[in-house]
Amino acid sequence: MKRELTCIICPRGCGLTVQINGDNVTVTGNGCPKGVQYGIDECTNPTRTVTSIVRVANRIDTMVSVKTESPIPKGNIFDLMEIIRKKEVNAPIEIGDVICDNVFGTKVIATKQVK
Amino acid sequence: MLKCDIAIIGGGPAGMAAACAAYDAGVKDVIIFDREDEMGGILRQCIHNGFGLHKLGKELTGPEYAAVYADMVKERGIKVYTNTTVLKLSNDKVITATNTEGILKVKAISVILAMGCRERSRGALNICGTRPAGIYSAGTAQKLINCEGYMVGKKVVILGSGDIGLIMARRMSLEGAKVEAVCEIMSYSGGLTRNIVQCLEDYNIPLYLSTTVAEIHGRERLEGVTIAEVDANRQPIESTKRYIPCDTLLLSCGLIPENELTTGAGIEIDHITSGAVVDQNRQTEIEGVFACGNVLQVHDLVDYVSDEAEIAGKGAAEYVMGKSTKGEVIITKSGNGVRYVLPQRIVKNDEGVSLFLRVTKPFGKVKFTVKSGNEVLVTAIRIKAAPGEMEKLTVKADKMAIAKNEITVELEEV
Repeated sequence: MKRELTCIICPRGCGLTVQINGDNVTVTGNGCPKGVQYGIDECTNPTRTVTSIVRVANRIDTMVSVKTESPIPKGNIFDLMEIIRKKEVNAPIEIGDVICDNVFGTKVIATKQVK
Repeated sequence: MLKCDIAIIGGGPAGMAAACAAYDAGVKDVIIFDREDEMGGILRQCIHNGFGLHKLGKELTGPEYAAVYADMVKERGIKVYTNTTVLKLSNDKVITATNTEGILKVKAISVILAMGCRERSRGALNICGTRPAGIYSAGTAQKLINCEGYMVGKKVVILGSGDIGLIMARRMSLEGAKVEAVCEIMSYSGGLTRNIVQCLEDYNIPLYLSTTVAEIHGRERLEGVTIAEVDANRQPIESTKRYIPCDTLLLSCGLIPENELTTGAGIEIDHITSGAVVDQNRQTEIEGVFACGNVLQVHDLVDYVSDEAEIAGKGAAEYVMGKSTKGEVIITKSGNGVRYVLPQRIVKNDEGVSLFLRVTKPFGKVKFTVKSGNEVLVTAIRIKAAPGEMEKLTVKADKMAIAKNEITVELEEV
């Protein structure tokens, strides 16, 4: 099986061709080694970093931006959004503070400081 | 009247990087003016990731990227006036600003313009129809959702496929809205290909090219839009009109550099970039006034904004320290396939120069040629070139030495 992909690792957006023959996966068209890994992952276990916001309960009209520390399986994006949407946190918050621990093999962490 | 060596208007990514670069080049008396309550500019609402790969070697979200530079500003003890709006810049570099203290006047030796952009509004697009609630510029919706936690709608059509429109298509989907369509009047998207993949294809959102919103319907709240394909003159084709029910329309139809202060000071604006005419140090026609970031030219990546701001910051510091910027002037020109070249003029010294440019339309494999008269200064091959992706070509010092009067950048398909 052959798949044409656009690498999303960086803004360059290399056009990748991924050739899958059983366990043997080859990637061509990549501009850097990261493209090979992306091509393989995208055809076997596609993942995405998810970013969103969480309400800060003890501050008026304040949201803290968050992200998954590492990418999660694409199929779990909306499950994660359900968890994030129900979450509330209290300030003060520092960048990197854990907002949700142990979700889909990673953590959700704050990307903004709230004093 | 207050005095300072360098006054920077705008505390977004450009202003912060320019301030640090000026400080590091030896000028410590630097003030940043920002109208918001904290620095960071547009990055504060850009909660998605993808920033900093080029500049910082890691992938960050907008607030994280802004925090890196805000910390650098703080570490250096650079003065920051937040909640302070600059009202006027005079041609003798006096800034008039306002905040809760009242009116503030500051005489600077050098000024760096870093005001960024604003979005093209519905009024500027001339879309027919009523004026109901539910029509937002994509950036306004982004701010409402990401900073204030206010969801703007449930069924959405997006006009314009620039990066902000694409990012908002994904953001609205994640928050539970149904994005019915992204319409793009051009025959190609102005956004990065990676954003088409991860923001539209991931969420099965259709992108309609050569299509626009022809009519807006609804009285109190938006009820729907009529979309239509466009002809070669970008006019809607009657027979292709179709109605899409929706409660929200997001407009992502281009950014306009916010240059009112610039023109107020009498600085010439390039009608293609909509930013000031500058030399290689990003110095405008008024000596000591520099410009960088999106107020100078709309950038694709914040990383390049930071790069450009460092050039301007260093240039401003050298100006304050008395380094001459006079010399033989070379004008840069756009040739075949090239929409603009920045800087627009080069003051010849013994250094090389990097040229930044955009192409007129999407191309396959191209060869860029930079020449002066009959002398070829640089050639470069690119696998593909698109208007959405800024190109950089560097002319080395030995080649700049042979340039005379004009430099032209052109491309040919190969």
